[in-house]
Amino acid sequence: MATTKKASASTADRNGSNGAGAGHGKAGPGVSKLAASVGLTDADLLGMYRTILLARQVDERMWVLNRAGRIPFVISGQGHEGAQVAIAWALQKGKDWIAPFYRSVGTLLTFGMGARDLMTAQFAKSVDISSGGRQMPGHYGSQPMHLVSLSSPVATQMLHAVGIALAAKIRKTGEVAMSSMGEGSANQGDVHEGLNFAGIHKLPFILVVENNGYAISVPVSKQLPIENVADRAAGYGMPGFVVDGADVLECYRVAKEAVDRARRGDGSTFIEAKVIRLTAHSSDDQQTKYRTAEELADIANKDPLPRFRKELQDAGVLTAELEARIAAEVKADVEDATTYAEEAPEPDPATAMRWVFAEEWPGETPPPWGFTLRGTGGH
Amino acid sequence: MAIKTYIEAIRETLAEEMRRDGSVIVLGEDVGKKGGVFLATDGLWAEFGDDRVIDTPLTESMIVGASIGAAINGLRPVAEIQFADFIAPAFNQLVNEAARMRYRSNNGFGVPMTVRAPYGGGVHGALYHSQSVEAFFAHVPGLKVVIPSTPHDAKGLLRTAIRDDDPVLFFEHKKMYRSVRGEVPDTDYTIPLGSAAITRPGSQITVIGYGLMAHYALEAAELVADEGIDVEVVDVRSLRPLDKATILTSVQKTGKAMVVYARRRSTTSTVRSPGSPARTSPGCPTTTSSRTGSWSTPRRSRTASASSRHTDRRGPRLTGGRAAEPS
Repeated sequence: MATTKKASASTADRNGSNGAGAGHGKAGPGVSKLAASVGLTDADLLGMYRTILLARQVDERMWVLNRAGRIPFVISGQGHEGAQVAIAWALQKGKDWIAPFYRSVGTLLTFGMGARDLMTAQFAKSVDISSGGRQMPGHYGSQPMHLVSLSSPVATQMLHAVGIALAAKIRKTGEVAMSSMGEGSANQGDVHEGLNFAGIHKLPFILVVENNGYAISVPVSKQLPIENVADRAAGYGMPGFVVDGADVLECYRVAKEAVDRARRGDGSTFIEAKVIRLTAHSSDDQQTKYRTAEELADIANKDPLPRFRKELQDAGVLTAELEARIAAEVKADVEDATTYAEEAPEPDPATAMRWVFAEEWPGETPPPWGFTLRGTGGH
Repeated sequence: MAIKTYIEAIRETLAEEMRRDGSVIVLGEDVGKKGGVFLATDGLWAEFGDDRVIDTPLTESMIVGASIGAAINGLRPVAEIQFADFIAPAFNQLVNEAARMRYRSNNGFGVPMTVRAPYGGGVHGALYHSQSVEAFFAHVPGLKVVIPSTPHDAKGLLRTAIRDDDPVLFFEHKKMYRSVRGEVPDTDYTIPLGSAAITRPGSQITVIGYGLMAHYALEAAELVADEGIDVEVVDVRSLRPLDKATILTSVQKTGKAMVVYARRRSTTSTVRSPGSPARTSPGCPTTTSSRTGSWSTPRRSRTASASSRHTDRRGPRLTGGRAAEPS
């Protein structure tokens, strides 16, 4: 198991063998039949459950803070977390790379971020590891965790992951690069250009499309002439898989297969996880304008969290005692992160001009008579 | 010291940097076996192979976007956009991604990438093989924009660009590839970005240019020298960072500034013109400035000419049509 320095005290604690599972394993002590069926341990399953729960609850807290006027904006991962955590679990933390998108709360928590890291970004505080408070909320990233800093124009990040995979292949590092996005973003030209290139060069690359059925308000019927985005994979000479995003272990199994394929040098994979969007597009969106009450009631039945919880309970992995303990830990994590972020210092305005370039004010030196750079257009 | 053409200097620098640093790769359309449509990468594929000289599909956004990713993961990509006219699909990756990556990650990620592109007209290129696009990018904080005018500068600046830890757009006027020759030292010299060169000292007016226009400025200076006008020519060499000190010091001396570029006049009515320091600096005594560029039509004029001269009417001591009158 790769070790990554914990980002904060509240980083999801996992004892599992993230990334080390290899297909079917044998049941035994600490390995239930359910865990063995996907080559994981019970500790992995509990770690996944804890991370999904944390992703949900930290996300819910953001909405509360937004409605209370404490943070300006929320863009949510609720409904996506099962697929996010399971798929990221198949990658090797600290080695592989992820270029995520703005709903990737579960992905980030799986790959090394903690609740504090998310919450300090929401509050745009100086200790926000993603950007030092520079970005809009929801735009995360961390170089040490190999989580590529993300922007708002959609799908651009997948080309970064393709380039990372290209470098991994040229440098023979054995790294795999994954990028995730929604099905709305999957219609961007960058996706075609990137998949085409990844296919040509058999890059160690995985595209994950989290299809929640909506691009803000536009339903999938107006976004795609086909049922599955992953059907496009054939056009890029790579396998495409469609997976139920509420089936956590199936998501893991498919992702593990993709990671193994990439690691072996057999090329890229397109994974589409059918997920649900439990919230409006963002805290500034009113989804009842375009989604019926019946639909919203129906998607609640496709929530990955209660389904995975029941699966673990039925398998005897999640006992009532463990469930209560994990719930208490997650609640404490969210409380800790909220308090920590609220109390953290604001960014120093004097730092706002830093890091436009690696060096400051390159080459634009003042002339001999003491002319200053102020008011002349900056860099 | 050997005499080389502009394109020879580019080609040699690419090969030398690739030999020096195994993390340098070249990617773009036709850069492999063919060696690029202008032959700027000729011979690289034979020497460095498929891994380091990559023929891409016709996907400019991918060329730049994947270069950003490769730069994030330990390489120093030198991407070629076949003609600067075709850079538009990569605008998003350049402006929203490459330029902002370091700032938005609070110095967590950097993008040590060079994007080379032949630009400019005068080669029968019409609407889509003639454009000068540098103004679009020189406005963007986080991008560096370099335009050398001589083989010597091309080599020294391209070395610096490739070794730079930030994204650099490196524009090469295609008319200069084989028409401009010059001495190139055999040493591993570099030229810092943001250092203008005074290519002709003078006392009565400062003419500021870059790329092909830096040559035309020198030719024009010789022409008017017979009329008794003593022109100082400044080749800015990079638009961002811009060597304001050299420009302002020169204009303080001459009292007049004229900026010459091949791009459209209408694209420069903003602060990011090389002449702007002279107009906006409170400490600078300049009162007269003028800009000469190409017509504001989709098809650019073949060269900047007297007929397209345009006078900036912001100066309090306007000279009307002719900015170069001796004071």
